Amino acid sequence: MLSRRFFRFLIAVWLIFLAPSTWAETTLVAVASDFTKPMTEIAIEFQKATSHEAKLSFGSSGKAFAQIQSGAPFEVYLSASEKYPLELEKSGFAVTDSHFVYAVGKLVLWSATPGYVDDQGEILKTGNFKHIALADPSHAPYGVVAEEVMKSLNVLDKLRPLFVMGENISQTFQFVSTHNAELGFIAFAQVIDINSGKIGSGSGWHIPDNLHGPFNQTAVLLKTGAENPAALALVDFLKSPTALAIIEKYGFGLPK
Amino acid sequence: MLTSADLGALLLTFKVASIATLVMLLFGTPLAWWLARTRSSWKGIINAVVALPLVLPPTVLGFYLLVLMGPTGAIGKFTAWLGLGTLPFTFPGLVVASVLYSLPFVVQPLHASFAAIGEQPLEAAATLRSGPLDTFFSVVVPLAKPGFLTASILGFAHTVGEFGVVLMVGGNIPDKTRVVSVQIYNHVEALEYTEAHWLSGWLLLFSFSVLLVLYTVLKTHPVAHPLK
Repeated sequence: MLSRRFFRFLIAVWLIFLAPSTWAETTLVAVASDFTKPMTEIAIEFQKATSHEAKLSFGSSGKAFAQIQSGAPFEVYLSASEKYPLELEKSGFAVTDSHFVYAVGKLVLWSATPGYVDDQGEILKTGNFKHIALADPSHAPYGVVAEEVMKSLNVLDKLRPLFVMGENISQTFQFVSTHNAELGFIAFAQVIDINSGKIGSGSGWHIPDNLHGPFNQTAVLLKTGAENPAALALVDFLKSPTALAIIEKYGFGLPK
Repeated sequence: MLTSADLGALLLTFKVASIATLVMLLFGTPLAWWLARTRSSWKGIINAVVALPLVLPPTVLGFYLLVLMGPTGAIGKFTAWLGLGTLPFTFPGLVVASVLYSLPFVVQPLHASFAAIGEQPLEAAATLRSGPLDTFFSVVVPLAKPGFLTASILGFAHTVGEFGVVLMVGGNIPDKTRVVSVQIYNHVEALEYTEAHWLSGWLLLFSFSVLLVLYTVLKTHPVAHPLK
């Protein structure tokens, strides 16, 4: 009879080990590339808190949008703008009214040369530079905002001939960090020193929010993830204090 | 249909591709000839270096070109010293980047066709008191014509189709460095799919015509052996 008891015990142990793998689900997430660092950390905390796993796929928001419309298996979509999630809700790829702001983008005018950009952005009016870098405003959210800023300051027409445009904000950063463009509009998140919470190198100007329209980085639950507990949990977790603290640490504003 | 920006991008692309192809033939021919004839121990190294752009992803290659040709890079310092400024975000910069990126497609077919000629025709030409240059132009070039044709077509087509390198080095400036592949990509990213389809259609049609002309005009007639 001992052997039978032992057999039961083995089954019990086996069930215990099996348990987490049946309850913990995996969800596939498309993430705007500017949100790479915070999202990587959020995913780790998410797994600790819920034992669900978030698999992250980084890329430009526009690319992910096109992929989702062609049936990509993403379940949650963190876009850098509001436009794409709303469009997906309209076209029926996303759960209606599931979109929410997860972070607010912060723009800086930055140069790799220390002391080059003043803290009022006067250089835009007086500077004698050959190139100014920005993300392509025809599709990149950071570029749209950068153009709005130059318009508010009445320097857009003057500066347009000096534009060099990155396909996304990472490329824009590379133009400036390699000194090929003297300065450029990039994400605060790209140059923040997370220990001090300030711009870590070169020189920069934090652009005040009132110089541009709202810059709401918006997420949406896709229909593919509507039944997946992990996808639903991730959407909730993005609004949790843990996630918000990480988002702020990496140089993003919090949703209002 | 096509906007003026689309048209500008198309024209720019064919300008870059044509000039880059000429430059590649100019530099690639002596290089391929040397590779085909030399017994130097450098041969393997040079061969490998020429093929390297095939290994690096284009955006990565573009990134390093940006670093090297920028104000703090070695090439950038050199061009600035020459008084030429720096190359990124300029038309010559695009050409230089395209040449580096597509050079293997020109050198490899030339190398192969030079190697296929063998010693005999060259020795025969030498016995007829033909100098090295004369031999090259009256014997080697006609015999290697299919190689030149393949090299030009591959170099041209590959430059027209490149994206990652020009996006990185060019900076996407309308009419100056925004080539057609970047323009199509922009349309797609901006969700202007109709414009993207039109421009892609025109690009394919135009490229097809150019390649067709190249293939028919430069048709590889079996070359009459110059020494027979």
